[in-house]
Amino acid sequence: MSTRISRVYGYLAEFNNASQLYKAAEKVRDAGFKKWDCFSPYPIHGLDDAMGIKRSILPYFVFLGGLTGFCTAFILAYSTQVGLYPTIVSGKPANIFTTAAFFPVMFELTILFSGFTVLFGLLGLMGLPRWNHPLFASKQFSRATDDKFFIAIEARDAKFSAEETKALLVEIGGANIELVEDDSK
Amino acid sequence: MSEVATNSEPNAKAVKIPVLEREKLILQGRSYGWITERICGVIENRQPLLWWILFIPSALIALIGVVGGLTYLVSTGVGVWGNTNRVMWGWPIVNFVFWIGIGHAGTLISAILFLTRQNWRTSINRAAEAMTIFAVMCAGIFPAFHVGRVWMAWFLAPIPNANAIWQNFKSPLLWDVFAVSTYFTVSLIFWFLGMVPDLATIRDRCKPGLRKFAYGIACLGWRGGNRQWSHYEMAYLLLAALSTPLVLSVHSVVSFDFATSVVPGWHTTIFPPYFVAGAIFGGFAMVLTIMIPARFIYGLQDMITMKHIDNMAKIILLTGTIVGYAYLMELFIAFYSGAKYESAAFLYRLSGPYWWAYLAMMSCNVLSPQIFWFKKCRENLWVVMAVAMCVNIGMWFERFVIIVTTLARMWLPGDWKTYSPSAVDVLTFVGTIGMFLALFLLFLRFLPCINIAEVKWTLLESDPHDEDKIDHPDDGVVTIPAYQYELQEGSEDAAEDAASKGNSKTADA
Repeated sequence: MSTRISRVYGYLAEFNNASQLYKAAEKVRDAGFKKWDCFSPYPIHGLDDAMGIKRSILPYFVFLGGLTGFCTAFILAYSTQVGLYPTIVSGKPANIFTTAAFFPVMFELTILFSGFTVLFGLLGLMGLPRWNHPLFASKQFSRATDDKFFIAIEARDAKFSAEETKALLVEIGGANIELVEDDSK
Repeated sequence: MSEVATNSEPNAKAVKIPVLEREKLILQGRSYGWITERICGVIENRQPLLWWILFIPSALIALIGVVGGLTYLVSTGVGVWGNTNRVMWGWPIVNFVFWIGIGHAGTLISAILFLTRQNWRTSINRAAEAMTIFAVMCAGIFPAFHVGRVWMAWFLAPIPNANAIWQNFKSPLLWDVFAVSTYFTVSLIFWFLGMVPDLATIRDRCKPGLRKFAYGIACLGWRGGNRQWSHYEMAYLLLAALSTPLVLSVHSVVSFDFATSVVPGWHTTIFPPYFVAGAIFGGFAMVLTIMIPARFIYGLQDMITMKHIDNMAKIILLTGTIVGYAYLMELFIAFYSGAKYESAAFLYRLSGPYWWAYLAMMSCNVLSPQIFWFKKCRENLWVVMAVAMCVNIGMWFERFVIIVTTLARMWLPGDWKTYSPSAVDVLTFVGTIGMFLALFLLFLRFLPCINIAEVKWTLLESDPHDEDKIDHPDDGVVTIPAYQYELQEGSEDAAEDAASKGNSKTADA
């Protein structure tokens, strides 16, 4: 016989529509919770404010990525065309004034590097790819990508308590409230 | 406060502001569940017989044309293509420009219409982006093999090599390498990121097994939490903002291949805008060509409505007219500039041995879309399909006219030759059509063909303030029902269906 000790991930509560989720989110935010999230099948505009989430910082990364691409293209084109191996066609010059002809490549690499920064920056900020998550253990949670709306409050939040948090979720209109276990090692 | 209320109340009752209702993007009040079911059903159900009837020949043509044709070319030499005389760009570059242009509509729908908040894009953007990816793949084949020795194609990339030769960064041909490869990569990122939440939807519907594993890997473990959506929406906005100038640059750079040369007929400043408009024009025709049958086969009429088709027909009319203006302006400048060689080049296009190509281009691209001025024509799917096919053909002929007629009459009379494609040319081009169709059919089979999350987002009840709006209706306005083809002129059963759903407002109107 073995004793199974499982940690608690948190509470999961279901809501019927976006309006209810929005109002519930405002109440959870005002109750002072920090480690919680709203789940919906599509992005709900304005929910960031209702949850008290700051604007994404992704644009700053992308700006730096784009700048890197811009400089890379200039250095690549300039050092090879003016320094290492000037190709003289129709007597066109190979000096600083040639830069005008490098603009298309500089533009394209700016976009290319920015695009990659969007991809990898986004994955980093979202914490993906991630194969498993405690919430996937919940049977009803699979409907979060279909037609249901959920709020999950994590147990590691300082304000979390088994009774009060559940009472809060009931009060704000949550249905099918479920205690989700974290069975990761 | 009460004073204000009493003052404004009579006014509010007396004067009602008429507001035109928005046309519904999703018909018959479909629910979230229905949308998920219908789009995922395309993947989960058995494919209709028509899918197999289309897929098997397409795949065979792709195998014979692309794999077979190119194997023969590599093992024999690039001379098996028809471009052995001065018309050395010939069909391969005609096909390259044709395919790369097709892609532009996908990016326009996904990026430019996103920035301009055109919500109707959500029903068609996924398939159009897939079309972009496949069209650019088809396009890439031609210049890669056109270099002659395809195993040396890596010389295009700025990599140090044993000859210590570096690429000519002043050449538009090299700009093209960067533009097309960037375009493909960024379009792929855009397409994939847009699909992540929908792949998660499919994952959540699968029974445990290989399918769930595969979709689980592909969706990266997406959960749909707002802390993810928040970054995701920002990423989507950024990609749209990056893709917008990108898509305009790609065909501009392609047009630089021609415009920066000193060849009569090519050396014109109108080329970049003219090429971009033409690309969007041809791309929308291809979107219609593949979406009208797909919509019919999979029963997606409630999500891809007549409104979507109407909008696309209008864009075809607009861009077709821009292209027509460009054709006429080219002719006018050739005459008005007084440049002998320029006017000779255009006279040759009009009355030379390729007059039929010029005629095909003019009638298919400029005249045929003009029928879309009439609403009845935009609402008849047979007419729309016929015009789309005309435009597909016309846009290929446009590139043929630009490339072949110009190169056939360059400066030196000793170079003058007429061009005809070889059988391998034809085989490879037909092969890429097969490849495009086969890839698109595989896309329909395995990936969500409509953006599930964004389509749900366009529904009225998706607004987080929807309940408040129902509880507190605006008394100061009177809504005028919008014209909606399906309800007013559509088939009988569509109207009955809407009425039986209790949609009394529109049924009464």
